[in-house]
Amino acid sequence: MLWVALLFALPFSTLANEARPLVDDPVIESRLAALGKQLRCLVCQGQSISESDSEFANDIRREMLRLMKEGRSDKEVIDFLVQRYGDFILFRPPMKATTALLWLGPFLLLIIAGSVLFVTLQRRRRLAAERELSDEEVRRAETLLRDNDDGNKS
Amino acid sequence: MRRHLRYLAPLLVFAVLVGFLGKGLFLNPSEVPSPLINKPAPAFTLEQLHNPQARFSSQDMLGKVWMLNVWASWCVACRQEHPLLVELARQRIVPIYGLNYKDQRQEAINWLRDLGDPYIISVYDVEGRVGLDFGVYGVPETYVIDKQGIIRYKHIGPISPAALQEKILPLIRELQAS
Repeated sequence: MLWVALLFALPFSTLANEARPLVDDPVIESRLAALGKQLRCLVCQGQSISESDSEFANDIRREMLRLMKEGRSDKEVIDFLVQRYGDFILFRPPMKATTALLWLGPFLLLIIAGSVLFVTLQRRRRLAAERELSDEEVRRAETLLRDNDDGNKS
Repeated sequence: MRRHLRYLAPLLVFAVLVGFLGKGLFLNPSEVPSPLINKPAPAFTLEQLHNPQARFSSQDMLGKVWMLNVWASWCVACRQEHPLLVELARQRIVPIYGLNYKDQRQEAINWLRDLGDPYIISVYDVEGRVGLDFGVYGVPETYVIDKQGIIRYKHIGPISPAALQEKILPLIRELQAS
């Protein structure tokens, strides 16, 4: 049973062109992998630099490796790439004037929806408190209730 | 009036949303805006494609409006764009320089011999390092650089005759006049 599952799994795992490791230093290797996950592969936009085996991703990884071996920090590596490819290479867009709505929009919507809900509930409660039934209405309600009881019995 | 607004407001919000989403459908996600527009072009010095002993430096071009076209013999879309560049070079409106990107030297030379060479000089960027400084991620790409060495325009993908006539040439004339 297991080997049948393996038989099906194997071709797919070999088909997926995953990134090849190109470092022997484990610290840099893990930094490269972590950083690569935050970066978009511009030619295969659904994938990150870490996941892709495209020419572009390989070039970017090679460049990141070179910078890291020069002793640059993660932030410096990111800045280097953003200078050349723009914010779009980052999966997480930075907070700026142009992206403020993107970051704050959901909270803004939450506040607006919350206030609308609050005001509506307040108004409804006030209505319910203020309104009392007139004698006529009480009689009608009693009739309806009684009729309903009769209906159930028959 | 208030009653009407109650029903119209969601409709309006919906219409605005549909407007934005509809616009989004017609954007090209593979065209990433370059952060280098209106910034100084990265300085580079590289060996020339046809003459490995000779070098070309981007600093040599200060004072001129010029076009840098990134190309490669392995690039299919470059072949499609090429006749347009050859024609543009023949008209001598603007000097075109080539950045031969991650290519084999002999294949690149043969490619130009067969299809025509619109470039005043092509430089040989075998590792793509200069390409990386320019933020190249797809070939062909074309940059218009002004007299101060500032990138004024970037075109991603093959230049269409429409883009050339409507955007690139007017911009070049404007930059040359300034």
